[in-house]
Amino acid sequence: MIALNIHKRLHGAEGDMELHVNLSIKEGDFVALSGKSGSGKTTLLRILAGLEEAQGEIKVDNKFWLNDTQSLPVQKREIGFVFQDYALFENMTVEKNLLFVKNDKALAQKLLQLTELNSLKNRYPNSLSGGQKQRVSVCRALMKKPKILLLDEPLSALDPAMRIKLQNELLTLHKEFQTTTIMVSHDPSEIYRLANRVIVLHNGQIINDGLPQEILLKTQGSQKFSFEGELLDIKKVDTISIATVAIGQQLVNVVVSSKEAQNLEIGKYVRLSTKAFAPNITQI
Amino acid sequence: MNYEPFVISFQLATLTALILFCIALPLAWYLSQTKSRTKSFLEALTALPIVLPPSVLGFYLLVALSHNSPIGHFFEETLGIQLLFSFTGLVVASCFYSLPFMVQPLQSGFESINKNMLEASYIAGKSKLQTIFFVALPNMKPALLSAIIITFAHTVGEFGVVLMVGGSIPGETKVASVAIYEMVENMDYTAAHIYSAILVGLSFVVLLGTYIFNAKQSRRV
Repeated sequence: MIALNIHKRLHGAEGDMELHVNLSIKEGDFVALSGKSGSGKTTLLRILAGLEEAQGEIKVDNKFWLNDTQSLPVQKREIGFVFQDYALFENMTVEKNLLFVKNDKALAQKLLQLTELNSLKNRYPNSLSGGQKQRVSVCRALMKKPKILLLDEPLSALDPAMRIKLQNELLTLHKEFQTTTIMVSHDPSEIYRLANRVIVLHNGQIINDGLPQEILLKTQGSQKFSFEGELLDIKKVDTISIATVAIGQQLVNVVVSSKEAQNLEIGKYVRLSTKAFAPNITQI
Repeated sequence: MNYEPFVISFQLATLTALILFCIALPLAWYLSQTKSRTKSFLEALTALPIVLPPSVLGFYLLVALSHNSPIGHFFEETLGIQLLFSFTGLVVASCFYSLPFMVQPLQSGFESINKNMLEASYIAGKSKLQTIFFVALPNMKPALLSAIIITFAHTVGEFGVVLMVGGSIPGETKVASVAIYEMVENMDYTAAHIYSAILVGLSFVVLLGTYIFNAKQSRRV
């Protein structure tokens, strides 16, 4: 059980803001932390890890990591941290990276086998691919058998196929070790697949907290389809206009009336939805 | 041919590099990690010996180490060590003179290390000292080597400070550079040629070795 209630003044890109987070997380949960960049997600992870100072309280399993009188040093907090850039020890082989954390050869062997890295254990980090580095980084974070595993956009630098493979691996590791996990992620499919709870931060405040299904599904009421996307272009063709919208990795053209086109601004996010299917008429 | 001045030069340079490494390591680490306002002040102070004429530094050291100053008095009366015109005094003076050449490469080496890598080490439960020795230093070998070699070479090459603080006592404070100066004064050009050629050759070989090592390191990454 993790209970935290912290606040800290931040100097963000859009001026000063107050990071104020009050939440509790059950043991064994896989929590996804989402929100725009600059909303305080990474700072929250760093405060939990003890890499940054903050006011308030952090209590893990009835032990205070942070309160008014003390702040447990980062070395004593039982956490694992996977950095966005992996931050492997460049001077050590894959196996040494793990053993540096804890000299437990059996555990290192087990982790390397689970992540299919055994054949690479004598290689140095600079000879590994992004996906391999990421896996080493996760294994290293688990060597201490931490109470909390913190992942800061661990898969953002990888291609889609590798992402899915590593998402499955994270799930396997989570099942195996039952480590309470907090992961910063922007990818809805990733969140849906991995997490059992989503917390959305905006300007340092929690604006949404719940099950991934509830928070990620954007359709409501009579809408059958609803997608969010970025409006890339509006072209006038005769009396109508055609809007080009990027939804995920895909581009879609949508017919809009000239009047509708006037209310749209290129570069903004739009919601694309239908209320009912148009009837099809075909001659028999 | 008397090679004693070379022996003294190299003893002096080795000792200076060794002592300075111990002093500069914590200083360079502090400068690389701190965001405090004392940083610029300390950096400026550390860099002073680069811009000051050796005679200025030599003059202040002469005053500070003499029997009349509290420091010189303390060393002579309490520890029984005479600092002026002695090898010990030369080591002290060289440490001041070569300080920036040890601190600056180490500092930029520490600054070049990925901060997350250091944090990953703290998270792994390692102390700052363990992090410096097992993570930071092994990942900045070129900077480490540069710091030691340049400090060594710079100390071998010093002249003004040595002459003012140490004088030219054969077998005690007469280093190679001072010996050459005296040979030229005495019009002994043959000996000056030999001495100078040896210094040029040795310096070149050492620097070449350093650059080859650094080139190999950067190819590896």
